Amino acid sequence: MLIFTLRRLSLFTFTMLLLTILSFSLSFLFPGDSVINLSGEVNATAAQLVELNLEYKTDQNIVIQYFSYLSHVLTGDLGLSMASQSLITHEIAILLPATVELSLVALLIAMFFGIPLGFFAAIRHNKRSDNIILSVAMIGYSIPVFWLGLLAILLFSINLGWLPSAGKISLLFEIESITGIQFFDILLSDSPYKWQAFRDASAHILLPACVVAIAPATIFIRLSRTSMIEVLQTNYIKAAKAKGLSFKQIIIRHAIRNSLIKIIRHVGLQFANLVTIAMVTEVIFSWPGIGRWLIESISQRDYTAIQNGLLLLSCFIFIVHILIDFIYAALNPLARDN
Amino acid sequence: MVILMMKLKLMKFKPFISSIIISFLLISCSDNKLSLSERSIIYCSEASPETFNPQLITSGTTIDATSNQIYNRLITYQGEDNKIVPALAKSWHVTRDGKMVTFYLRKNIAFHQTSYFTPTRTLNADDILFSFNRILDKSHPFHSISGGNYPFFQGIKFNSLVEYIEKINDYTVRFKLRHSDNSFLANLATDFSVILSAEYAGQLANKNTHHEIDILPIGTGPFKFKEYRVGSLIRYYRHDNYWQNKANIEQLVFDITPSNTSRLTKLLAKECDVISYPVAHEKITERSDLKLDSVTSLNVSYFGFNTNKEPFNNKLVRKAISFAINKQALIETVYHGEAEIAHSILPESSWAHNEKILPQEFNLKKAKQLLDEAGYTDGFTTDIWAVPIQRAYNPNAVTMAKLIQADLKKIGITVNIISYEWNTFLHRLTQGEHQTFLLGWSADHPDPDNFFTPMLSCSATNTSSNRTFWCNDKYDQLLQRALQTSNINLRKKYYTQALEILRNELPLLPIAHSKRFQARNKNVVGPILAAFGGINFYPVSKVNISYDNTIKSNNTKKMSVQ
Repeated sequence: MLIFTLRRLSLFTFTMLLLTILSFSLSFLFPGDSVINLSGEVNATAAQLVELNLEYKTDQNIVIQYFSYLSHVLTGDLGLSMASQSLITHEIAILLPATVELSLVALLIAMFFGIPLGFFAAIRHNKRSDNIILSVAMIGYSIPVFWLGLLAILLFSINLGWLPSAGKISLLFEIESITGIQFFDILLSDSPYKWQAFRDASAHILLPACVVAIAPATIFIRLSRTSMIEVLQTNYIKAAKAKGLSFKQIIIRHAIRNSLIKIIRHVGLQFANLVTIAMVTEVIFSWPGIGRWLIESISQRDYTAIQNGLLLLSCFIFIVHILIDFIYAALNPLARDN
Repeated sequence: MVILMMKLKLMKFKPFISSIIISFLLISCSDNKLSLSERSIIYCSEASPETFNPQLITSGTTIDATSNQIYNRLITYQGEDNKIVPALAKSWHVTRDGKMVTFYLRKNIAFHQTSYFTPTRTLNADDILFSFNRILDKSHPFHSISGGNYPFFQGIKFNSLVEYIEKINDYTVRFKLRHSDNSFLANLATDFSVILSAEYAGQLANKNTHHEIDILPIGTGPFKFKEYRVGSLIRYYRHDNYWQNKANIEQLVFDITPSNTSRLTKLLAKECDVISYPVAHEKITERSDLKLDSVTSLNVSYFGFNTNKEPFNNKLVRKAISFAINKQALIETVYHGEAEIAHSILPESSWAHNEKILPQEFNLKKAKQLLDEAGYTDGFTTDIWAVPIQRAYNPNAVTMAKLIQADLKKIGITVNIISYEWNTFLHRLTQGEHQTFLLGWSADHPDPDNFFTPMLSCSATNTSSNRTFWCNDKYDQLLQRALQTSNINLRKKYYTQALEILRNELPLLPIAHSKRFQARNKNVVGPILAAFGGINFYPVSKVNISYDNTIKSNNTKKMSVQ
């Protein structure tokens, strides 16, 4: 386990180093002064600029410049957003939880529908219901998310008027941000309209989360189907059958649990994919998350936000991956040796 | 062990999943939620305000968001004939020579109580003195707090007009003017002449946080400021000690949505009660639950030239361009025919409008000829700056710019279209970085001077409102003379002469006078739009549809029993 941990940590360190090199070189590739690109101080006076140049050691060679940038990053100084002139770390701290919240709810929805459907398809292997589930999954996987999002808004928000189309919650509710995860914030708040707010927030998250969930759900269907089919062909299932256990008992006691192990790792791998889909969906549903922020930064040519935002976001996804690896290793001793 | 962990995991999920399911079930029966949304209004606006003090700007978006919501003025307009009526001042008196104007203030007018300020006294003469001395007195501690620019007041030469303001007693103030000015009262009734709190300013000065006066506003208006998230929302709550009847709605939220289609979607999905500048008018009118409001507003949309820059410092080039633009096509495409071709900067409904002035004709031959005369036979390349958001005077400046681009190509002028985010756009225009630009003007009061002076006078070139940087002494003299006489025929004569100068010099080409549109849910009642100036949510209320239904059903039950 120690070697496993060390291996993951060294991988993390080197990847992050490479990413910082990329982010650092971006400041030279973007138009404008590299110091301003790095710090985001667009309104700096001449005296402040001299100070910034000293801070980022621009008079010395490029390696030293890189290390001074690295020390800024390590101390948590990612500069100011050029567009809003507020700290990038501060902006990300507000926006990232919203993206995580959307992704987590979507992941739950995807698991809730995807895995049982996959199992059902495997049990009905090569029968009509299996084929229908598989083809629907294939269609779902192929639909581009931005198109699906617009279609969902058109149908459920505009034509039927069931669900809201934009934002996290109706603006009428004043919910103070404590954890950043809105559902927790609502429960922690002392607003007299707490439960109305909770319902409203649920209605707001439903549509974007379902849109985000479609692609991973179809992946879960296929994964759980394959994994269940494999398990059903193993000898211990055959033995259980021979012992006279009913089909229901076999599935519930043996097959489901064993096939879930294979899926759990993919759930983690799907998380990165999910965040990517969520970023596109955020733009369509005006969800105040990191994806919309990054895409807005691109259109506003906010270089500091682009390079440091990307750095922080990739760091976050990497950490999630490592955590999932650890959970998987804890669950499955066989994985520790790989 | 694996199985155990899975079990634990599932057990942890179960209550969570069931709570989600329950909450989704509850959405369908949310009668309680109506109570909050029923007492509140969400207005989807088109852009962020630049500040919360209307004294500092001339942009309509900021006026919409602040003036009538947070503040009051000494006097205001009322009714269809736009009579000036008392507001914070219960009456006023003008001496015969027109040089002394005395205002008698109402008593017991409360300022907002918010988390950042608790008033200890009601409105008195000090507040009036503070609000106007901040503009007039360059050494005033608050004068240069937010840049020291008061474009509207600089445009009307408020400083050279007002000699001083004096406090007669706690509830009487007197304005001493250097010369009589017919538009003085009209200007004091505009959305810009708001009254701030001197007590609040004093507190800020003690804390040395002067700048907060324009960011965390305190006024006497029907709504008080709660929070502003840049680019996202403004939240107001009702001012319960308002000096008139308090507003019907308790919460007013401005949902800042720059995209036209997003605003429409939010209206259709019932996320906004009212939206500004709607697109797809047919879609709105065909829905039975929505209503399209329009008001013939006093405005003009124009194509302006930066007369400081080559080649637009040449009158012939400006004229050539004016002949090359097909205004009729612009009106049909950009306004869908719901606007009038502008004959001059004055709309036809203004009393100073002169029938004899005809719109500039569309004549490519003449255009080409003038361009040759100016020495640009092969044409040239230029930029058009187009307003990035919808305005009342121009619903789609970028499309208009594209049409103009095509028109000008015919006479050999190549055009690049440039558009920035609204606040950046205004800021850069003020710096004079542009060559030509599509913008417009919405009047703040019905006096024709409000078109002539702020848009094109020399004094307005120093502030941000005359972006053509054109300055003509004769034109300015005519405007001055028009203000000093109360003979309406004489004024009309002066204004006609001024229009002729504009026609000849062409610092800008007037394009259209448009209606201002807005769409709302039918359950929102009360007037919001006005012919000039900003929107007002004070008289607005929401009709409770479900409540009405219950009353009706109770009645029918009783009927059947009888």
